[in-house]
Amino acid sequence: MSMLLSLGILGTCALLSWPLGRYLTAVMEPPKQARGIQRLFETTIFRVTGSAAAAEQNWKSYAVSMLTFNGVMFGLSWMVLTVQALLPLNPDQKTALEPSLVFNTVSSFVSNTNLQHYSGEASLSYFSQLFAMMWLQFVSAATGLAVLAALARGLSGRTMLGNFYRDVLRATFGILLPASLVVATLLLIGGIPMTFKGAAVAQTLEGIEQVIARGPVAAFVAIKQLGTNGGGFFGPNSTHPMENPGYFTNVIECMSILLIPMACVWMFGFMTRRVRHAAVVFAVMALMLAVNVGAALYLESAPTAALEGLPVSQQHGNLEGKELRFGTGAGPLWAALTTATSNGSVDSMHDSLNPLTGLVPMIGMWLNVIFGGVGVGMINMFLYIIAGVFICGMMVGRTPEYLTRKVETREMKLALLAILVHPLFILGGAAIFAATPWGAGTVNNPGPHGFSEILYEFSSASADNGSGFEGLGDNTIPWNTATALVMLLSRFIPIILPLAIAGSLAAKKATPENTGTLRTDTPLFGFVILGSVVFAGALLFLPVAVLGPIAEHLAGVIR
Amino acid sequence: MFRKLMTWTMTELLPSVRIALGTILICCVVYPAIIWGLGQGLTPRTADGSLIYGNDGRIIGAERIAQAFTRPEYFWPRPSAADYNAAGAAGSNLSPANPRLRALAEQRIAAYTPASEELVPADLVTASGSGLDPHITVEAALFQLPRVANARGLNEAELRATVERHAGENGGDLINVLLLNLELDGAAVPE
Repeated sequence: MSMLLSLGILGTCALLSWPLGRYLTAVMEPPKQARGIQRLFETTIFRVTGSAAAAEQNWKSYAVSMLTFNGVMFGLSWMVLTVQALLPLNPDQKTALEPSLVFNTVSSFVSNTNLQHYSGEASLSYFSQLFAMMWLQFVSAATGLAVLAALARGLSGRTMLGNFYRDVLRATFGILLPASLVVATLLLIGGIPMTFKGAAVAQTLEGIEQVIARGPVAAFVAIKQLGTNGGGFFGPNSTHPMENPGYFTNVIECMSILLIPMACVWMFGFMTRRVRHAAVVFAVMALMLAVNVGAALYLESAPTAALEGLPVSQQHGNLEGKELRFGTGAGPLWAALTTATSNGSVDSMHDSLNPLTGLVPMIGMWLNVIFGGVGVGMINMFLYIIAGVFICGMMVGRTPEYLTRKVETREMKLALLAILVHPLFILGGAAIFAATPWGAGTVNNPGPHGFSEILYEFSSASADNGSGFEGLGDNTIPWNTATALVMLLSRFIPIILPLAIAGSLAAKKATPENTGTLRTDTPLFGFVILGSVVFAGALLFLPVAVLGPIAEHLAGVIR
Repeated sequence: MFRKLMTWTMTELLPSVRIALGTILICCVVYPAIIWGLGQGLTPRTADGSLIYGNDGRIIGAERIAQAFTRPEYFWPRPSAADYNAAGAAGSNLSPANPRLRALAEQRIAAYTPASEELVPADLVTASGSGLDPHITVEAALFQLPRVANARGLNEAELRATVERHAGENGGDLINVLLLNLELDGAAVPE
C-alpha cells in the first residue's frame, strides 16, 4: 500500500515535471517577442527596477548582484526578528529573540536551509512568520532558480549570463507565486488554517486549560514546500495537525517537495538545448531517489527495537514520532524526499526512525544532488558532471569537453573546491562538536545515536537542508554560530564557483563534436555521473556512517 | 574606493532594496491576503483552526488537536511528549535504542493494566511526532472499550457500535478521540 502510494507520488511528479520544466524555461527565458501577460510583466520589471534590470551581466557582476540582494534579504529580516515585539500582527505578544538565534535563523532562511533552532509557535509573531520567514522562502528559492538560469546561459556559450534582478523577479512572480497560490488553495480545502487570530484558549472536557496555537499557516506551508525551504510554521513541522491535517494535505505537500526540483533539470535541458543530456541526468537522479525511497520504506516497516519483548501488538511498524493519519510509510517516504531535495520539512520525527532508516536521509544530504534544492540541486550535479568528464578525459588521455567547451585545470580546480567544502564542513564540524562539550553536552540520546544527532545537524546545515534529529539541544551559542556560518558558506560557495566555471567555459572557443567526444546524452554518461557522485560524494562519508547509524543498528542486533 | 562604493550603492544596493520592498508587498501582503480571503470564504471553520464550542459557547478544543484524557470514563489518546501542549508541540525524539524509550513504554503499558496474554496496540505506547495526534486506531479504541463501558455503566455492544460509527480516515482505520468522547458526554459534535 505505502509502496503503491510512493510510486504514485513519484510517477505523478515525474510526469508533471516535464510541462512544468517547459513553463519554467518560458518564464526565465522569455521569447524576444513576448506577448500578453508576459510582455506586461517584463515591461513592469523594467519600470520598477529601472536600469538595474536592463544591463546584461557577466558572471562577476551577476554574482555581485546576487550577493547584494541576499545581503539586503539578510539585513531586512534581521531587523524584523529583532524588533518583532514593536511590530503589528503579534496577538500572542512574542518578544525579541536572542542575538545568536537571530543570526542562525536569518542565515538559515537566506540560505534556503530553514534549519530551525527556534520553535515557530513559541517564538515568532505572525508578522515575523510572514515578513521575515515566508518572504525569505520566496526570494531565496528565487535566487536558486535565477542562478540555475544564469548557469544554463553560460553553458550554452553566452559570456553574458543575463541579469540577476530580472531573473529573481521572474522566478518569484512568474513561478513561485502562482504555484503557491494553487497549492495554498488546495491546502485550505484540506483543512489547514489561515487566520490572524491569536492562540485559542480552550477548557478541555476534563477541565484543563489548553492553549491552541494557530495562524496564517496555509500561505506559509505552500511556499515552504514548493521552494525546498522546509521551515515549519510550527515546531514539529508537517507532523503538526494544523500544518498537515490529513492524508490529502500530506500527499499535496509531499508532491510539492519534488515538483520544482524535478522541473529544474528539464529547464536546464531546455535552456542549454540539451534535452537528451537532461534526460540522462534526470534518470540518474530518479534512480538514486528510488533507491533511497525503497530503502527507507523497507527499513521502517520493521517494528521498533524499543518495544521488543513487551506485550505490544506492532502491525504498523515503528510508530514513535509518527502521526497515524498519514498512514504507514508516509514518514519514511517523506524522509527520503525531503533530504534528496534540500527541503528539510518532516512529517515524522527523524530522530525516532529505526537506526538504519535514519541513515537514508543522511545519505540524501551527503550527496545533495538527488534533484536537490530549487535551482541549486542541478548546479551541484553540474559540479559532479565536470568532475566526471574530467576523470573520463584523463582515462582516455584526451582533453575533456563538456557541451563543446574544453574542461581544463582551472574549471576542475573550482569544481573540486566547490565539491569538497561539503564534506569538509560536515566531517570537520561533527568532529569538533563530538569531541567538545559544545556538541557532546547537547545530545538527547546516548551512544552512537548521540553522535548521529551531531552528524545529522552538520549534514543538514551544510546541505542547506534544514531537517534535524531534533532531540539535539541546538539552541546554544556554539551551535547557532557554527551552523549559521556553515549554512552561509555552503550556500554561496557552490553557487559562485559554478558561475565562475560557466563564465570561463563560455569564454572558450567551441570545439566541434566528433567521434572522439564523450557524448553526454547516453546511458554510458549516466554511469559516469553516477560513479562520480558515488565515489567522490559518498565514500567520504562511509566512516561516519559506520560510527553513527550502522554502529547503533549493530549494537541492537547483538543485544 | 569611495567612488566604487557610491556606484555600488546606486547600481546594486538601491535596486536590491527596491526589489526587496516590491517582493515583500506582493508576497507578504497581497498573497496572504488572497489566501486569507479564500479561507474565510471557502472554509471558514477550518481556516480558524477547527475549534469546537460547547453548548455554553466556550471553546472545548480543536477538532484536530489531541487533548489530555486521564479519567477512566474517557477514551485516552496517544501518549504525548509535549504533554498535549498545543502551544509547544513536540515529539520525544528518542531513538529506538534509547533505554528511556523502553522505560516509558513499560510505564504506559502498566497504566493500561492489560490482562496477561493481552497485547497493547502500539499506538497507545508510542508518542506521536507532534504530541498532538488526534487519532488512535480502531484496535486501540476497542482495547480501551471495557474500561470506558465499565466506568460509564454502558453496555459494551452499544458502546462498540458508537466506536465503530466514528471509524474514519485512512480507509476507516482511525478514531478521533476528542469527537468520540464528546459524543459520549452528549455534548454538541461539530458536523
